[in-house]
Amino acid sequence: MSIPGNLLYTKDHEWVKIEGATAIIGISDHAQHALGDITFVELPKIGDRVVQGKHCATVESVKAASDVYAPFSGKVIKINTELLQHPELANQSPYSQGWFIAIEIDNIKEKDSLMLESEYVHYLTQLPS
Amino acid sequence: MQLIFEKSRKGRRAFRIPAVDVPVKAKLPSKYCRSNDALLAEVSELDLVRHFTNLSRLNFSVDTNFYPLGSCTMKYNPKFTEQIAGLEGFRELHPLFAQLDATVPYTQGALEVLFCAEQVLCEITGMTAFTTQPLAGAHGELTGAMIIAAYHRHKGNTPKYVIVPDSSHGTNPASAAIAGYEVMVIPTDKDGYMDMEAYKSKLGPESAAVMLTCPDTLGIFNPRIKEIADLAHKAGVLMYYDGANLNAVLGKVRPGDLGFDIVHLNLHKTFATPHGGGGPGAGPVGVTARLSEFLPVPRVIKKRDNTFALEYKFPHSIGPVAPFYGNFGVILKALAYIMLLGKTGLIEVSEIAVLNANYCLARLKDFYQVAYNKNRCMHECILSAVEQAKNGVRALDIAKYLIDKGFHPPTIYFPLIVKEALMIEPTETESKETLDSFIAVMIEIAKMSKTHPELVVNAPLCSPVKRLDETKAARELNLRWRPPLEKDG
Amino acid sequence: MSFIPHTEQEINEMLETIGASSIDELFKDIGPQMRPKSFHIPEGRSELEVDRYFKVMSQKNRPGLVNFIGAGFYEHYIPAVVDALASRSEFYTAYTPYQSECAQGWLQAMYEYQTSICELTGLDVSNASLYDGGTALCEAVMMAIRITGRNKVIVDCGVNHTYRTMLYAYTKNLAIEFVETPVVQGLSCRKDIYKLLDDRTAAVILQNPNFFGAVDDHSDIVDKTHSCGAVAIGSVYPISLGILKTPAEMGIDIATGEGQSLGLPLSFGGPYLGFMAVRKEYTRQMPGRIVGATVDKDGKPGYVLTLQAREQHIRREKATSNICSNEALCALRALMYLCALGKEGLRELALLNFHKSEFAKTCLDTIPGVVVKRSSPTFNEFTVMLPHDAEKVFEKMAAKGFACGFPLGRAYKGMENYLLVAVTEKRTKDEVMAFAKALEEAVCS
Repeated sequence: MSIPGNLLYTKDHEWVKIEGATAIIGISDHAQHALGDITFVELPKIGDRVVQGKHCATVESVKAASDVYAPFSGKVIKINTELLQHPELANQSPYSQGWFIAIEIDNIKEKDSLMLESEYVHYLTQLPS
Repeated sequence: MQLIFEKSRKGRRAFRIPAVDVPVKAKLPSKYCRSNDALLAEVSELDLVRHFTNLSRLNFSVDTNFYPLGSCTMKYNPKFTEQIAGLEGFRELHPLFAQLDATVPYTQGALEVLFCAEQVLCEITGMTAFTTQPLAGAHGELTGAMIIAAYHRHKGNTPKYVIVPDSSHGTNPASAAIAGYEVMVIPTDKDGYMDMEAYKSKLGPESAAVMLTCPDTLGIFNPRIKEIADLAHKAGVLMYYDGANLNAVLGKVRPGDLGFDIVHLNLHKTFATPHGGGGPGAGPVGVTARLSEFLPVPRVIKKRDNTFALEYKFPHSIGPVAPFYGNFGVILKALAYIMLLGKTGLIEVSEIAVLNANYCLARLKDFYQVAYNKNRCMHECILSAVEQAKNGVRALDIAKYLIDKGFHPPTIYFPLIVKEALMIEPTETESKETLDSFIAVMIEIAKMSKTHPELVVNAPLCSPVKRLDETKAARELNLRWRPPLEKDG
Repeated sequence: MSFIPHTEQEINEMLETIGASSIDELFKDIGPQMRPKSFHIPEGRSELEVDRYFKVMSQKNRPGLVNFIGAGFYEHYIPAVVDALASRSEFYTAYTPYQSECAQGWLQAMYEYQTSICELTGLDVSNASLYDGGTALCEAVMMAIRITGRNKVIVDCGVNHTYRTMLYAYTKNLAIEFVETPVVQGLSCRKDIYKLLDDRTAAVILQNPNFFGAVDDHSDIVDKTHSCGAVAIGSVYPISLGILKTPAEMGIDIATGEGQSLGLPLSFGGPYLGFMAVRKEYTRQMPGRIVGATVDKDGKPGYVLTLQAREQHIRREKATSNICSNEALCALRALMYLCALGKEGLRELALLNFHKSEFAKTCLDTIPGVVVKRSSPTFNEFTVMLPHDAEKVFEKMAAKGFACGFPLGRAYKGMENYLLVAVTEKRTKDEVMAFAKALEEAVCS
C-alpha cells in the first residue's frame, strides 16, 4: 500500500497536496483498492464551492459507489478532465494522474483536522479488516 | 447467440396484420409522422420461436435447477395458478370497467376476488386492512413509507428519520428517501440482533418509523421483537414489517400480533407466483385500524347488499400508487395458491422451509464460517466464505463453481455486514435429495479451496459464457444493438 | 396440497442431523406470547374445487362487451406466438439475472428489449422495465429534479389524469411544485406553458397522443423548455409510434409510457409494463435495471446487469430509485410482440388503428346531436360531444352490448357530455357500424 509522505489524509481516505493557497485532492491507494475497478467518476464544476467534510465528488466501481468529501472548504479551480474520460487512472495512479480536483483554500487552519502520513498509517491499522 | 436483429432479413414476417376493411380517406399530415420506421427485427415465426426457445435454454430457473437464492424465496410455482390468471373473464377485463360498475355489474367477480385476497392477507398477517395496489415489494415499502408520512402529518408531528438496521435490504432506505425521510442506521450486535442501546437512543419525536425484516436478513428471529415494538410505540414511532421473509413464519407468528403497524408482503416470494426473470411481483400493504384511513384509493368495499364497489371517499388517503388495483394477475395466482394450501398447508410451508434451511446449516457449519448463530436459523442460513477467501476462493468464486454443477448460486455479498456472505434459502419445495447433492458440492468446494483453489476460481467452464467482464461493461457502455454501417453506401 | 416432497422418515432424519427433537423446537425463539391470536384460514382445497371457484368469479365479470374504451389502456390482438414463448418456464421461473453466466438468455432478451424501445422512441438508452406507465412518469420527474436541481414541474392536462393523480400522490413528500396547463382545442396550450417556464422549472411533462387522443408535434415546446435549462418529458403510446413522430424527433429528453398494448392482456389493470428511454447524457440518472454487452474472459460476447452503482442494493438511500423487482416478463412479452410484428408490421398496425378510428368518426358524425371533435388530428381515439350526460349514454349502450367509451366527466370538470372513444384493430367495420347505430338509438331515445 503506497502512502506518500508529502501529503495529508482524511479519515475518509482522501489525500491533499497543499501548494500555496491551493489544495489538490484525490483518493488514497487504500481507497482505490477497497473500491476495486473504478468505472466512473463524477466531479464538481469549476467555480463550485465545496465545504470541508461535505460531498464534493463521486466514484463508482462495478459493485460500489462512494462519496468523496472535501478536505478543505473553498472554490473549485481545476478538475481532472482526463479522469472523467479514464476513471481507471484513479486505480493506476491514485496520487498523480488520478487526482480529482484542485480548490482554492478558504482557511488554511482547516488543515489541523487532517492526518500526516504517519497518523494515516496508524489509522489504517486501526480499521477493522 | 446471435441477436434477433442480426437474424433479421428485410421483408420477412412472423405475423400478418389484417387488411384495412374500412374506406381510407384521411391522411395524417407528415409533420406529425416519424421520418423512418423503427428498426424492429424482421423474422419468420419459426425464426422467432427458435430464437426465444434457445434463449430460454440459456437460463437457470426453478423449473430446471435448484435455486437457493437467499431473500428471494425461489419455491416451486404451481402450474395451476397460471391457468387461473388466464381465465378469459379476468384476462380480457378492462380495468376501467370497474369504475363504470355503479349501475351495471361488469366486474363483480374481479372485485370480489380482490376483496377476498385482502381479507385472507389480513388474517395471515394480523392486520386490519390491506391494499393490493403496490406492484412489487419495494413499491409496497414506498406505499408504507407514504402512509407513515401521512399519519405523522395528520398528527401534526414532524419527524425526520426512518430507522433501519444495517442488515436491511437496500430498498428500505431507498423507499424511505422517496417518502422524504433521512435514514438512521442501527448497527447489529455480536449476536446478530439489532443493537438495543443504539436503537433506544434513536427513538423520539425525530423518528417516524422503524423498518424491520422479521426474521431478519441474517435468518434470525429476534426474540425481543415485541420489546422493540413496545419501545417504538411509547416513543410515537411506527413499526414497519418488511415481508420478504414471511415464508419462515406462516401461522407461527403474525406481524400484527407482534406490534407491527404496517406490513408489505411479496406475493412472488411467499405465495409462489413466478418471479418472471425479475418481475412482475406484487407487494400488497396491510395496516392496523388506526392507519387504514391512509391507505391508497380506490379501495374495494363490500356493500350491505353483498355487492362490491370501488370507494374513493377517504379524505386522508395517500392517493393512488398504481393506475388501478395492483398486479391483478399476480394477486389471482397468490390467492389460488393460498386456497390450494389452506391453513395446514401454509403452516407446513414454514415448517419445512425452516427445516430445510437448518438442515443445510447443520451439514455445512463445519465447512464454512457461520455468520452468527451456528446452531439455528429460520428459513435461510447465512454462511461466510472468509476461511476459503484466505486461499483465494471468494464467495463469488463459489457461486460460479455452483453454476458448473447445475445449481443456481445463493445470494452473495448480502447482507452487507457479513463478509463473503453466502445466503442460502432452500425453500420448502426442495427435497432432501436435492439438498444433499447441493451440500455435497458445497463441501467439495470447501475442500478444494484448500487443495486446488484454482479449479474453483476458474469456474464456470460449462456455462454458455465464462466469467464476464463487468468492468468493461460499466466503462464502455454498450446498452443497445446498432446496425452495422452499410458497406456499399 | 403444499407442494412439499418430504416423507415422514426424511423429516425425522433431517431433524436428527440438525439435532432437534421436533420441528417445533426450530421455532423456539418465537415465545408463546408471540404466537398468532388467530389464523382462521380455510383448509386447503383440490385444484378442481379452486378452479370451480375462480371460474364462477371470472364469469361474474362481463369482458364480452364490444369495447370502445381505451383511455391509455388498449385492447389489441396478441399473436399466439407471444403466449406460447413467454410461457416457457425457463423464462418465467427465473429471478433477476444477478448471476449472468446462468442467465444469458434473459440478459440477451433484455438487451434486445432495450434496443427495441430505443428504436421505437428514437432515444439513446432504455432501461429493462419499470412497473407501469404511471410510475415510469413519476420516476422521470424525480430524475428531472436530480438533473436540474430545480423543483417546479409544468404538467400539461393532456397527460392521462390517472398518471397525474399518481404523480402528485407519489411525490407528495418531496418538495416539488406542480403547475398544470390546460388543453385548448385539444392541444397543449403553448401560451400558458411559455408563461410558466422559468429558471426554477425542472421539467415540462407532455403526452402524445394526449388523453383526448389528439396528435401533436411538441418540438416547439421542447425547444423553449431546453432554452430554460429544463428537461422535457414525454409520455407516449407505443403502438402510435408505428407512425407518429418519435419523442427523439421532438427533442424530448425522457420518454416514458405504458407498454400494455405491446402484447399484454388488459388483465384488470396489471401486470403491465412501464418503459423509459432517455438521451445518453442522462443514462446514469435512470432508475431500474440496465443490461449491457461485454465479453467473457475468452473474449466471447455476453451480457450483464450494468451501472448497478445507481441502484438501491448498492447506493441505498442515495439510489436513483427504490425499484428492485420490475416487470421483466412483461418486457419480454413486449419484445416478442415487437419481433412478431416487425418493422413493417408495426407501421401497418398503427395505420390500421388510425383508419378504423377515422372511419368510426365518419359513422358517428352522421348521428344527430353527436359532434365528433375535429380541432386536431387524432390517432386511434377521439372525443365526441353528446347531447346529454355521457354516463347515462354509457349505461344504455352497455345494455346493448357496447362499452361505448370513457365518459370524460369523470376526469375533467365541465366535460360531462363528452365521451372518449377508442377504436383498435380488434373492432371490425361491422362492429363500428353497429356501434354507431346503437349510439344513435341511445342518444335519441
